[in-house]
Amino acid sequence: MSYTTTMNDDAHHHNPTGWRRWLFSTNHKDIGTLYLLFALTMLFMGGASAMLIRAELFQPGIQLLDPDLYNNLVTNHALLMIFGAVMPAAAGLANWMIPLMIGAPDMALPRMNNLSFWILPAAGTMLILSFVVPFFPGGGSQINTGWTLYPPLSVQVGMSMDFLIFAIHLLGISSVLASINIIVTLLNMRAPGMTMMKMPMFCWTWLVTAFLLILVVPVLAGGVTMLLFDRHFGTSFFDAAGGGDPVLFQHLFWFFGHPEVYVLLLPSIGVLSHIIPTFSRKPLFGYKSMVGAMIAVATIGMVVWAHHQYTIGMSLGAVSYFMIGTIIISIPVGLMIFNFIATMWRGAMTFETPMLFAVAIIMMFTFGGLSGVMLAVVPADMQYHDSMFVVAHFHYVLMPGAVFGLFAGVFYWLPKWTGHMYDERLAKIFFWINVTGFNITFFPQHFLGLAGMPRRIIDYNVMFTEFNAISSIGAMIFGFSHLLLLYIIIKTIRGGEKATAQVWEGAKGLEWQVPSPPPFHTWETPPSIKQVQS
Amino acid sequence: MSSTDQQVSYFIPDPSPWPIIGMVSLLTTLIGAALAMNGVVVGKFVVFGGLLLFAYLLYGWFRDVISENLSDKYNKQVDRSFRMGMFWFIASEVFFFLAFFGALFYIRNIALPWLGGEGYLSSTKELLYNQFDPAWPSHGPGELGGSFTPMGAWGIPAINTLLLLSSGATITWAHWGLKLNNQKTLVRGLIATITLGLLFVVFQAYEYIHAYEELNLTLRSGIYGSTFYMLTGFHGFHVSMGAIMLMSILGRSLKGHFSAHNHFAFEAVAWYWHFVDVVWLGLFIFVYWF
Repeated sequence: MSYTTTMNDDAHHHNPTGWRRWLFSTNHKDIGTLYLLFALTMLFMGGASAMLIRAELFQPGIQLLDPDLYNNLVTNHALLMIFGAVMPAAAGLANWMIPLMIGAPDMALPRMNNLSFWILPAAGTMLILSFVVPFFPGGGSQINTGWTLYPPLSVQVGMSMDFLIFAIHLLGISSVLASINIIVTLLNMRAPGMTMMKMPMFCWTWLVTAFLLILVVPVLAGGVTMLLFDRHFGTSFFDAAGGGDPVLFQHLFWFFGHPEVYVLLLPSIGVLSHIIPTFSRKPLFGYKSMVGAMIAVATIGMVVWAHHQYTIGMSLGAVSYFMIGTIIISIPVGLMIFNFIATMWRGAMTFETPMLFAVAIIMMFTFGGLSGVMLAVVPADMQYHDSMFVVAHFHYVLMPGAVFGLFAGVFYWLPKWTGHMYDERLAKIFFWINVTGFNITFFPQHFLGLAGMPRRIIDYNVMFTEFNAISSIGAMIFGFSHLLLLYIIIKTIRGGEKATAQVWEGAKGLEWQVPSPPPFHTWETPPSIKQVQS
Repeated sequence: MSSTDQQVSYFIPDPSPWPIIGMVSLLTTLIGAALAMNGVVVGKFVVFGGLLLFAYLLYGWFRDVISENLSDKYNKQVDRSFRMGMFWFIASEVFFFLAFFGALFYIRNIALPWLGGEGYLSSTKELLYNQFDPAWPSHGPGELGGSFTPMGAWGIPAINTLLLLSSGATITWAHWGLKLNNQKTLVRGLIATITLGLLFVVFQAYEYIHAYEELNLTLRSGIYGSTFYMLTGFHGFHVSMGAIMLMSILGRSLKGHFSAHNHFAFEAVAWYWHFVDVVWLGLFIFVYWF
């Protein structure tokens, strides 16, 4: 079906304007934009806290921050980035692209969609309050637990912890509602003829992600609720004197926390599964194995959480089980990576910015994955545990695996959203500064960790000075490079070369059949699916 | 599963103020709660305001949905979206309860044996609390909350099991009535279900008073009190919510909102009620019985 016939349907809708358009929205594109803008704001706040941390660590001794503030920043950096930046950005991409990709007029439950977005600013407010409250008289102590909120320390922190717990409740409600919406949309709103195995890969990744979120986020909500009751109502879930166990919280937290890393990773894998075929001008290699691998990753990922807690004194049997399970995950993940490489093999490749990011992700994410296998090995982990090596590892996984994937997606789809091509030259400059800065920041941290520098501590031994200085310089380059990203995005929104409907020469799929920018409502009559197959 | 019946286009609602009101009410309630828990007096009133706004939100949002449904704006596909949405919402609720059941199993099977000296840390027990017997029910080596009597299974809890199980039957009875367009059976079935549900809540409240006043079993009675009250408390909260939902369904039934083929709201509440029922069975077996 050609798109022009559906365009004419647009006439009898009146499109909302002004502030109501954004506050009361039931439109997946507007809500997607809101998600992305929120994520961008949080990215800068989380980034600012990271840069403060790195500035403090530039040299040994205590220069800029006091220890409590430092710990508070560490906590906030993680929460802002994970819950504020990465998850909302991925949800924003899902909102924008899933209905366009499957030929649906909107998300299945549009009003609930808006609710799941608007809960986020509320959660953000609570999160910021938790950071600010200790600075007021009677505000209690600062949150010095890190984002993992382990008791007994988290039971002793002042009232800012309550704000944080409620912020987590809100974030949980938001992501469960968003996930329900995405699942329902994908199962119920596909255009006729689009079977599950014809769905674009980004939709598959989000389907699996949404299932993971629905299953694990409520457990975190339960865990922090117990924390709240231990703090204020005299229960003893995490208090050994009453027969409870602080380790119980760690289990509840990581039952959520480990699947959470796949929640962060999978949407970006989905983005890569579109970018790499487009710029290799070849269909994705091994669609079915990709789907299978992803389901395997998610399933095994649900039952290996305790590899974050090797040092708590579990039985040898439990530890062995969690070690083997964790290492097994590297098989399906490796399969995804090989699929990407095989897609590029003998393709007619060009290296626009999204593709540059994609190639960088494959290399750096694999590197992060390998240090993950190191950490999964119990006897080795006894050495690495809670050292800067862990920090280096998960930033090598999460920055390429999640954030760079989202950057790639933003560059890939920005012309579709705005109708303008972004400035390719500036974007490439951004890519190189960004990736270089990232590596300068985190590569030396491997050495620091292996040499024994613990993480989450404001001061360090003078023997770690050089690598820390290098890392901090890299962090400044890395951090400030995002101002260029901001500039490119604003410039693209304001104008630029007109983008065609297809935008990229090799791009295939329903989303490239609607004009750029797409009209307010798309696919009000479902398209027919014959010609689309990835 | 893919949409084969798209004769009528999918219903996209007009812009709606309810989500943003939902955001304001949640934010108000939780800020108030955080303040109230830390002894700021204003907090309580803020919570109350937030909850009022939340009740208004529920009323308004559902009013919109009901009127859209009554004016036939929904097609089969929309109905299926609602059904799937409710299903996965209940799935997330199951996992919320799983956190508390998981805590109970972990404490009973792993944490308490550890405290009792199992494994390689047995010296800790000998040095710190040699007298401690890690048998369930336990309030820990610190004997928090003083000595208490655990709640038996075959008194009120057994009656409550009967009540909830029969309410599961009566709501099915009401559903049959609805499917046969038999208004009388529908209303009677709903009234019976609500009565049984409310009776359950009353018995539960009585049980709590009994536990606090005569058994010295409180929220502070160590891990037994914690798991007991959190599991039964959250369940009781869900029963109360379910009863309120059933009442609104009863009101709509009396107004004749449902037909044999269009009654998603009824089914959603029925599913929820059965979910609450199943959770209770888990509670009865693992909290009260064993």
